[in-house]
Amino acid sequence: MKRLLFASPVLISLIFGGFFLWGLDPERDPSAIPSVLISRPAPEFSLPEVAGTGVPGFSRGDLESNPEPVVVNVFASWCVPCRAEHAVLTRMVEEDGVRLFGINYQDEPEDAARWLAELGNPYERIGSDLEGRVALEWGLTGVPETFIVGGDGTVLYKYVGPVVGETAIREFTTALEQARREGTS
Amino acid sequence: MIPEIGQFSLAIALGFALVQSILPMLGAARGNVLWMRSAHATSLAQVTFTLIAFAALMRSFVVSDFTVLNVVENSNSLKPLLFKIAGTWASHEGSLLLWVLILTIFGAAVSFFGTNISEGLRARTLSVQAWISVGFFSFMIFTSNPFERVFPPPPDGNDLNPLLQDIGLAMHPPLLYIGYVGFSIVFSFAVAALIEGRVDAAWARWVRPWTLASWISLTAGIALGSWWAYYELGWGGWWFWDPVENVSFMPWLLGTALLHSAIVTEKRGALKSWTILLAILTFSLSLLGAFIVRSGLLTSVHAFAVDPLRGLYLLGLLGLSIGGSLTLYAWRAPSLEPGGLFRPVSREAGLLVNNLFLATATGTVLFGTLYPLFVEALVGERLSVGPPFFNAVFIPLMLPLIILMGLGPFLSWKRADLAGVMDRLKFVLALSVLAALVVWYLSEGGPVLAYLTIAISTWLLLSTLLEWAGRIRLGKAPMRESMRRARNLPRSAHGTTLAHAGLAVVMFGFVGSTAWKYEEVVFVTPGSEISIAGFDVVFEGIERVIGPNYVANRGTLTVTRDGEYVTSLLPERRNYPVAQYSTTESSIRSTLLGDLYATLTEPSDATASAEGVWTLRILYEPLVFLIWLGSVMLILGGALSLSDRRLRVGAPRRTPAANVATTPAE
Repeated sequence: MKRLLFASPVLISLIFGGFFLWGLDPERDPSAIPSVLISRPAPEFSLPEVAGTGVPGFSRGDLESNPEPVVVNVFASWCVPCRAEHAVLTRMVEEDGVRLFGINYQDEPEDAARWLAELGNPYERIGSDLEGRVALEWGLTGVPETFIVGGDGTVLYKYVGPVVGETAIREFTTALEQARREGTS
Repeated sequence: MIPEIGQFSLAIALGFALVQSILPMLGAARGNVLWMRSAHATSLAQVTFTLIAFAALMRSFVVSDFTVLNVVENSNSLKPLLFKIAGTWASHEGSLLLWVLILTIFGAAVSFFGTNISEGLRARTLSVQAWISVGFFSFMIFTSNPFERVFPPPPDGNDLNPLLQDIGLAMHPPLLYIGYVGFSIVFSFAVAALIEGRVDAAWARWVRPWTLASWISLTAGIALGSWWAYYELGWGGWWFWDPVENVSFMPWLLGTALLHSAIVTEKRGALKSWTILLAILTFSLSLLGAFIVRSGLLTSVHAFAVDPLRGLYLLGLLGLSIGGSLTLYAWRAPSLEPGGLFRPVSREAGLLVNNLFLATATGTVLFGTLYPLFVEALVGERLSVGPPFFNAVFIPLMLPLIILMGLGPFLSWKRADLAGVMDRLKFVLALSVLAALVVWYLSEGGPVLAYLTIAISTWLLLSTLLEWAGRIRLGKAPMRESMRRARNLPRSAHGTTLAHAGLAVVMFGFVGSTAWKYEEVVFVTPGSEISIAGFDVVFEGIERVIGPNYVANRGTLTVTRDGEYVTSLLPERRNYPVAQYSTTESSIRSTLLGDLYATLTEPSDATASAEGVWTLRILYEPLVFLIWLGSVMLILGGALSLSDRRLRVGAPRRTPAANVATTPAE
């Protein structure tokens, strides 16, 4: 028994070593973000509205059979870059007629409503993902994150991080235009 | 020519390390004094040749020798001289060279200053140290040659990541490495003692100064890294539980445990096998840190460029050193004779509980850091473990430890009187509760945990000061008597007081800047006004500034309070054209009460740009200065303790010299 106790450190370290050996596989890239959703149907979900925002929540059904692609943006009032991104998204909605849905991620409804009252609400629908479960289904890696969902409910594109700054906006709008073209053809 | 000299020097140093890894060990086993003493010369030779190699690389950086690949990748002719020098250890290869330099310096230091250590133990320790040297020299020569040439040489270098061009970060790796590598000596001592089969009070006394020196340096390195993240990354935080931060924090936690368990082994001969295990594990965690940062095992903003061969080689090194030493431990440690007995309430028991908490905390951080890897291996899912996990698990482990920390120094060895101690501390307890209530009254709400932390930190601070005051009979005896007692008190006692009080001060900084932080993120145009934490801030506008290797947009913010001018904040966005990298230079006004912290981000799109709309992030972080102040107290406390006569290297030995020709006990 005593022997086993003294041997336990080396045994534990061997187990750790096994994991490390596995982790060294050169094929494995820990910083690669899995994009399992791209070109696949959006996950099954249903999100209630965020009280006080005046717009309804949405579910998977609302993403199917749309005439044009919908932009789904994951945001939160506590997220600093979201604030900068908000201006960009608002402009896209107002000037380019983009249809924008929001997933309010792990946010108190009062905070979210106050945030939108202050900055304006560009979202057509907002679903409250208080627990963050749905965002997980979407493969969220951080907030903000923005998806382009085709008219048939297929996820076409995903942008990680805020769509802020010229390069990011250009990259995003290019993807959106391409999605629109594919939708009509 | 000079880079080749550097490369040859490394090979020669490896040769000496090989000799040192065998000869003194054999000498100690056979009682051959000459072989044992050969370590003296070989350790000196190792450090000399490593120093030549290091100087050669540094020269290549200083003169911007772009025929050396490492210089091309990490330097630029326009870079300020200080950062050219710091570029020597900014890359994977260069930092490895710094690592072995420190490794050999420590080896030579034991050889030269460890004259009070028994000859057999010293020879074995130096041999073990040389095994580590062999591992790292060969790693460098076979996989990471810092002197690799490039032909044809490019006209200029790629520049160093601008985030790293900072005085705080230039000093961060050397301090961290002195800490990491310093623990290698403690490791070598532990392995040598296991081989010798004897651990006694003298062993613990020899180990203590090396542990303490490494701990001081690691503390300084971590504090500096945290300070750098605070003012350079522009997020306004000082700790992010990033894997790379965690791997430096784990040896610190375990090293702190070792520091305390070695006291028990020294004073009471108890906890021997535990102290040995801690010595092995502390350095193992340092090695693990090197492995994680350099192998690409986990994602982190700080990780080095990745090469699978390097990862495998390092894992092999890890397996040999950690696996080997722990196997030796499993074999030898059970036969170490048990030490002195103690009661459940005693100084020893207090230190043991301290160790259990610190070890559990280390395990928690280790588990949280590696959890994503485990999950990915077993389930195939990718996830990350962030601050919520660490805060939820780590803080509840630390708070009881800190309560105990206030109590511990009052406990006497062998058997303590808890009721008596509590009686002495009842006023401290009352004052701690009062402090939390006062803060509760003054603040406009906050988490319960924050008030609890205030109470506990006050408890630690006051009980530490009371213990010190009791020792010098402050207020109980005439002032002159107290002064005399203070002078006669060992420096290590003053050091303990200073370090423990320092931790309390750090805690105040933690809780203040976490629980009562104000933050505003707003769009500003020239003339915009923002109010935060009683300050009125006016955004005056942006001007263009040209630096040595960057161009910047500098914002001017005028801060007033109740109409009185307070300060001007000048946050910048810098663009480094060569490195093609932008950085955020925050502007901070720091006072004892709190920091006002501003960062700027450029306009979000073309329209905003035309209108001149910048994003301003402004924070008020109360008491954050105390984190740095407390860290300095921790470092000075450690240094004061290190300067204690009892620990001073070369101080007259108190035990008779051990027999030179020790036979390994089985």
